[in-house]
Amino acid sequence: MSRALGGKAETRHTLIGGRAGCCLRLESVLTPPKTEGTTMAPQGAPIEIHGLSKAFGSTQALDGLDLVVQPGEVAGFLGPNGAGKSTTIRVLLGLLKADSGTASLFGGDPWADAVALHQRLAYVPGDVSLWPNLTGGEAIDLLARLRGGANPVRKAELLERFDLDPSKKARTYSKGNRQKVALVAAFASDAELYILDEPTSGLDPLMESVFTGYVREVKEQGRAVLLSSHILSEVEKVCDTVTIIRNGKAVESGTLASMRHLTRSSVTLVAQSPEVVSTMAGLAGVHDVDAQPSGPDTRMTFDVDNDDLPGILAAAGSAKVTGFTVQPPSLEELFMRHYGDDVSATAISDDDGDGGTAGGVRSRLAGRRARRHQGGDAA
Amino acid sequence: MNASLTSEFAGTGTLLRFFLRRDKVRIAVWAASMGAMYLYCMTALADVFGDTASQQARASLMRTPASIFMAGPGYGLDHYTLGPTMANELLLWFCIAVGIMSILQLVRHTRAEEESGRAELVRAADVGRHAGTLAALGTVFVANVVIAVVSFAALQVGSLPQVDNLAYVTSVALTGMVFAGVAAVTAQVTEHARTASGIAVAVVIASVFVRAAGDMRAVGGSLLSFFSPIGWAQQMRIYVDLRWWPMALSVASILVLLGISAWVATRRDFGAGVMTVKPGRADAHASLASPVALAWTQQRGSAIAWAVGFAIMFVASGTYLGGDTLESMVGDLVAQNPIVADVLNPQAIAASFGGIMLLMGAVCAMAYGISAVNRARTEESAGRAEVVLAAPVSRWRWIAAQLVPGVVVTALLMVLAAKGLWLGQATTGGTAVSFTQFVGTGLVYIPPILAVVGLAVAIYGWVPKLGAVPWIFVAWGLVAGMFGQAFSMPTWVLATNPLLMQHTTGQTGFYWLPNVILDGPHNWWGLIILTVLAIALFVLGAAGFRRRNVPAV
Repeated sequence: MSRALGGKAETRHTLIGGRAGCCLRLESVLTPPKTEGTTMAPQGAPIEIHGLSKAFGSTQALDGLDLVVQPGEVAGFLGPNGAGKSTTIRVLLGLLKADSGTASLFGGDPWADAVALHQRLAYVPGDVSLWPNLTGGEAIDLLARLRGGANPVRKAELLERFDLDPSKKARTYSKGNRQKVALVAAFASDAELYILDEPTSGLDPLMESVFTGYVREVKEQGRAVLLSSHILSEVEKVCDTVTIIRNGKAVESGTLASMRHLTRSSVTLVAQSPEVVSTMAGLAGVHDVDAQPSGPDTRMTFDVDNDDLPGILAAAGSAKVTGFTVQPPSLEELFMRHYGDDVSATAISDDDGDGGTAGGVRSRLAGRRARRHQGGDAA
Repeated sequence: MNASLTSEFAGTGTLLRFFLRRDKVRIAVWAASMGAMYLYCMTALADVFGDTASQQARASLMRTPASIFMAGPGYGLDHYTLGPTMANELLLWFCIAVGIMSILQLVRHTRAEEESGRAELVRAADVGRHAGTLAALGTVFVANVVIAVVSFAALQVGSLPQVDNLAYVTSVALTGMVFAGVAAVTAQVTEHARTASGIAVAVVIASVFVRAAGDMRAVGGSLLSFFSPIGWAQQMRIYVDLRWWPMALSVASILVLLGISAWVATRRDFGAGVMTVKPGRADAHASLASPVALAWTQQRGSAIAWAVGFAIMFVASGTYLGGDTLESMVGDLVAQNPIVADVLNPQAIAASFGGIMLLMGAVCAMAYGISAVNRARTEESAGRAEVVLAAPVSRWRWIAAQLVPGVVVTALLMVLAAKGLWLGQATTGGTAVSFTQFVGTGLVYIPPILAVVGLAVAIYGWVPKLGAVPWIFVAWGLVAGMFGQAFSMPTWVLATNPLLMQHTTGQTGFYWLPNVILDGPHNWWGLIILTVLAIALFVLGAAGFRRRNVPAV
């Protein structure tokens, strides 16, 4: 499944690229963001959080979180429900007061300078609740006017792209439509930072791609985006950097490329001779070997440490290999590495027992993959 | 055919049990409160109008148009004892109460469920088209029966005839079911729960007006009185000359309404109504550009409804002050009953009556003010405060925007009450209390009201969990204000009620509010203290909100 997902992401990439291109036409409508030094406002990274902690009673929602978002960066903020994503965002919005650690927006204090800082950001909450007796259009105008006024051309364009009827009362909107209202209001405003809390929940895939297009557009204009999500494919598509949060702590952060480098790729090869299995299994950095006869050939899957890939390629060159695929780890696999123990608790364990917690998780994941492949072959 | 008909009702029993489980607390609270109301009314009426003279004085009052509007057709006015009083003056209000309960309850389980999408989940199971409505009606029926049983037990405490007691609670329950039937139709016809219950409540209000118009034509009502479900209950002449046949009208109309509801249900799509909603504005009006404009949009509807209600209530009450109805009635009462002398000051009957009416107004305005503060709480818990506070809007500005419309409307309601009384008095040729005295009394009540509203703000800012506490002052204000003197409560107990008003000219005992209808001198210190306290509590509350987490956890 992860493989298929990776492939899909590739094809969507080009598709969205086209869409993003068409969005760029409208750049003239939006004034470019204020460049550094032209405003009196405090300067600094759009978001900078160090050692942030926040407890609600006995629940430690944030426990020493670090997170930095630079201008022009789309930062993915990943974690399941309850990991502390919304709490972090509420601290950044000055709604919650942190217990310890520092959080700053553009170098300013989100609690003390809320009003000045909010002029420079737009926010989409995770669960959009609107005023039941206002129409969607009225809510959009109101939110835009609170931020200094709506651009009617931009609003009309967004309404059309998101296919939203603004004349309906908010109480009649579905979750997806309420989400669209918040998205239109956010993208209609001229912000330097967009804070989006699970913005696509309830949106259909078509609208998700419209959303991704707008995220790319604001990114290309040098604005920063914090995109909290638990939809991995979405983060994989648009984010430059990813922070994975768990129990209020950042357990992994960096560019997607650098995070992939730290881990293993999975390799599938098909060879005429079964000897290839023992050859490959003996090489450095090879893990979780699994081999099946596939017709007259042998089909073999294993994971390899990225640093040891050249050795594998060399060995494959000398063996009689008829098929060879290297798949970089998907975000799902990175994510599962951090949350795998939660998942494996409910999964059927066929652990082959290579010991150690991390190793155990990895091997369980590999086992699950192997089972999926077997299923695929049978079908 | 038979099988398909059965399948239309499949799952009714399961749903009924489920609804009842969801509603058991609600039903218990309603039944307990209704039972308590019956007990309270019986005791209060027996105490205050215990002897023949006061009963007859009250009976003569019941012939005035304003009384007919707020009571009934006037059966038994010639021998106006406890029974006829209960039937004439209270049946209307019990019918309204169970009517509204039945409507809310029915819509809650039908259109509200459908609108939220939860009903879709249920309907996807082995559940027939009519099962939801039927189970909802069953729930309302159970609620009405429980209320009737508890009310019957309460009535049995007194010495009224048992069969009339039975007729009384049955007529109330049947009226409740008629309005449940109305709601069953509106829930089918409209797309939204609020519209469905709104239209059904409008039918209740229309029923009050229609029977009032019918009853004003003659003592005992006219043919027009029979065009109102509430009229059917009142026309049973309970405790006077009991007749059962008007009940048949209730039962027949329940069956007709259910038929209509079922007929509409088979002709519409799930989630749809028969009435379509016209589209609203695609762009906001230019004035909707600030948090205060937003807050006003949210409470405009209820503010107008309260204002209209106040205008009707106080103009109607003011008509008592004209002519000599009040003077003669209270004069008789006081001669017979010294407790009445405490409630209604014989030295200035009109002044006292106006004061008591304005006290009612003050209690109601206080309720409005507290509920306006609670709107801020709802905005916060629904996540809408967060959206506004994420814009460049400071905490001060947001909380001020939430409170200003509520405070202004609360104050205006008091002015409206005072002017309404004066207008009612003036239209019936009365001059006992001047315009300035009325408006002055209305204004004097504003600081204590705002002190309690300020307490609500302070609680919201610092300990939002205790949001229900200020309501104690509403209940206590009414009880202490009406009966505090009569029951000779100690001064320190009475002083816990900020609405405590000067009672007699030259009163030396403690009071918060000077009564400007009475001659001076007045002690203004209480009013000054309450004003300062109100301001301090508002500032304190806003400061608390400024420093706390949003949403409060």
